Amino acid sequence: MSGFKRVMTAGVMVIVASAAALLAQTTSGFEPATNIGKESLPAGPLVYTAYAIVWLVLIGYVFMLWRRLDRVEKELREVAARIGSGKRS
Amino acid sequence: MKTANRFVPFLMLGAAVMFARAPFMIHDAPMESTMGLIQKIFYFHVPAASATFLAAAVCGIASALFLWRRNPAADHVAVSAAELAVVFGIIVLATGPLWARKAWGIWWQWDVRLTMTLVMWMVFVAYLLLRRFGGPGSEVLAAAVGLFGMALVPFIYISVNYWRTIHPTTNVVPSLPPEMAAPFWWSMLAFVLLFAAILIVRVRLESSRAALEDAYAALED
Amino acid sequence: MSLLRAGWIIARKDLVVEVRSRELAYTTLFFAVACVLVFAFAFVREGRALDDAAAGILWVSIAFSGTLALGRAFERERQNETLKALLLAPTERPAVYLGKLAGLLLLMLCVELVVVPVVGLLFGAPIFRAPFLLASLLAAGTLGFAGVGTLFAAMLVRAHSRDVLLPILLYPITVPVIIAGVRGTAAIFAADPNFDAAQSWLSMLIFFDAVFVTLAFWTFGPVMSE
Repeated sequence: MSGFKRVMTAGVMVIVASAAALLAQTTSGFEPATNIGKESLPAGPLVYTAYAIVWLVLIGYVFMLWRRLDRVEKELREVAARIGSGKRS
Repeated sequence: MKTANRFVPFLMLGAAVMFARAPFMIHDAPMESTMGLIQKIFYFHVPAASATFLAAAVCGIASALFLWRRNPAADHVAVSAAELAVVFGIIVLATGPLWARKAWGIWWQWDVRLTMTLVMWMVFVAYLLLRRFGGPGSEVLAAAVGLFGMALVPFIYISVNYWRTIHPTTNVVPSLPPEMAAPFWWSMLAFVLLFAAILIVRVRLESSRAALEDAYAALED
Repeated sequence: MSLLRAGWIIARKDLVVEVRSRELAYTTLFFAVACVLVFAFAFVREGRALDDAAAGILWVSIAFSGTLALGRAFERERQNETLKALLLAPTERPAVYLGKLAGLLLLMLCVELVVVPVVGLLFGAPIFRAPFLLASLLAAGTLGFAGVGTLFAAMLVRAHSRDVLLPILLYPITVPVIIAGVRGTAAIFAADPNFDAAQSWLSMLIFFDAVFVTLAFWTFGPVMSE
């Protein structure tokens, strides 16, 4: 898969995963915005999920970037070697 | 660019150290009076938003340079910055609703700032789609899109001050008490360092790819 | 040859072609009305439309039909390879942009002349409550949309997947136009109209137009050159 597709897939997976985690934790159904009690919805899981998303996205992206860079530079070295040996022969 | 590459390990190390300490600083920061614990998302949400806007600006400027000078390095920077804008944008758009749900009771609100941020993110996704599926010559077309994306950013900033919204106004940051300002600016610096490091690495990937294509072309000769 | 004169010649050329065939005018117009109809089925409940539905439906129909018109206008140039000839002509590149923009603007305004009364009729929207303000909103919004759209449609003429890429690129950039247009129009159509709000939205549209039409004008030359 190309790098771009990976970024997109990872992003979508993170958003879907966090949405699923939250849905599992929310207590009741949809409540009107005016009387949502701050006591009824625990903030902790939301905060941890938010930070988890940040870490996952950043680390995931850096990791993918490093892998792509390694692959391209390895290929570059191979092709350069082939050009060099081709010129000599 | 070669000199920039040498900075990467230091930038990465700096960013890693700062990110490691940040959660502790954030934990020790006082709770906000009305919002409580959930407000702590702000320490990463706002720096991520700044990184997104920074990426958008870099992409816009690089796009303009590429459009008028056709400098290939400018094109590499533009596509790298666009990708970073999308990645940091994912962070902003994912953490924002988590904060909003607790603080204001709704996942999303169509006020101008939120809408414009989503729109800007979509502009840069469209940029990447154009480069991927537009066929040959789409670097120049994408540069025009990047330029327009950057031009859209001031509209986001002005809109917050011109229309009332439930989003905290931009005056929030200068008025932070010192116990909250320290972890905030620490996180901000961490994000900026990380942004710079990732951008340089991504540009290196792009120029390596271009060099690889040239190498293949030379091989066929 | 001056920029404006060259632009006028190009616009007139498009006008003559269009008047002879009327292809774009009829198809775009009918598509816009069909859009209004489809949205009517979506948003009318128990015989009455939801609040603000009229304003939204009007602008969405303009956006959709405008996108098609943009695509078709440049497809015509592409098929006859006239775009290349235009760009090779000894006029400044931006003249081509101005000419095409003028032609498309005229087409879309003619379409709106029909669609607005249709919306007024089908949804009981008070289109004559503030006619000058409404017309200004439509003109400014259409200029913003067509201004960016003409640039993007022209630059995509030789790209792959150009049919789907045009809306993908155009809609995010013109979201401010849609927002301002719909909110301004809704402020006029509302049961309790707010003309000050409509005027604020109009100012924002004009500001958007000034920035983005200028930007498109400057970018047209570099983008279209090989």
